[in-house]
Amino acid sequence: MGALASVVMSATTFAGSAQFAAVSVLSAAGSVGAAATAAILLNARYVPIGISVASVLRGGPLRRLLEAQLVVDESWAFARRRDGSFDRGVLIGAGLVLYTCWLVGTAAGALGGEALGDPDSLGLDGAFAALFLALLVLQVNSRRGLAAALLGGTIAFVLVPFTAPGVPIIAATAGCLVGWRAR
Amino acid sequence: MSRRLEGALSSTWIVVAIVGAGTIACKAAGPVLLGGRSLPPQLAGIVDMLAPALLAALVVTQAVGADRKLVFDERLLGLAAAVVAIRLRAPLLVIIVAAAGVTALARLL
Repeated sequence: MGALASVVMSATTFAGSAQFAAVSVLSAAGSVGAAATAAILLNARYVPIGISVASVLRGGPLRRLLEAQLVVDESWAFARRRDGSFDRGVLIGAGLVLYTCWLVGTAAGALGGEALGDPDSLGLDGAFAALFLALLVLQVNSRRGLAAALLGGTIAFVLVPFTAPGVPIIAATAGCLVGWRAR
Repeated sequence: MSRRLEGALSSTWIVVAIVGAGTIACKAAGPVLLGGRSLPPQLAGIVDMLAPALLAALVVTQAVGADRKLVFDERLLGLAAAVVAIRLRAPLLVIIVAAAGVTALARLL
């Protein structure tokens, strides 16, 4: 994958896991369809995530569309308050910082990545689970939340061996059904 | 050779275009269609539980997930270090650095 394509992809598909998925399918000689499907399945989680932040975004449809692009797992998790509402400043601010770093990082990696060696040797792959666990601990503040987390984690664990990457994460959103409040 | 190269280049750009458009649409769907309205309370209760369910799934897939298989490797030691750091109420950056460091160290040994 060329440097320009990498940077264009980071600018338009601001979501690392989907980018890695698409590139890994392509580099394993997978088809265009398989690569695109894997990446879009991974990003399907942004539909419910987008719904959850809809009320704090502002302006007309175009501005809302652009603001929504700044939402990634990390900015979304940082912006979520313990009561379940979202801090608009943190969401947009963290999103802008992450977006800038992501573009600069992609360009640097595309042009000089060979010098860095294998990122796995730095343990970066082990850091992502830690980040999400730390954010999860902040989010679980009720028995219902704990139930949703256990259900979501279990669904993902069971599905990983049987489905394409991305599917376990989408399926795990079913864990949120414990939040249904009957009237 | 040049035709094969062209084929590879264009399939890369096709994937970049499709995935970009798909991602932009996924992210924008809720905010654009819902506008600033908030959800009815029953649905809001469900959306509140999205964070724990999704984050737990991300922990699992990042810690033991691979392409269609579970892999138990050095990442788990990094995660264990993160658990200790979280219990000690360490700041987020320390938690992440501890996990990356332990993962890298375990891989070296």
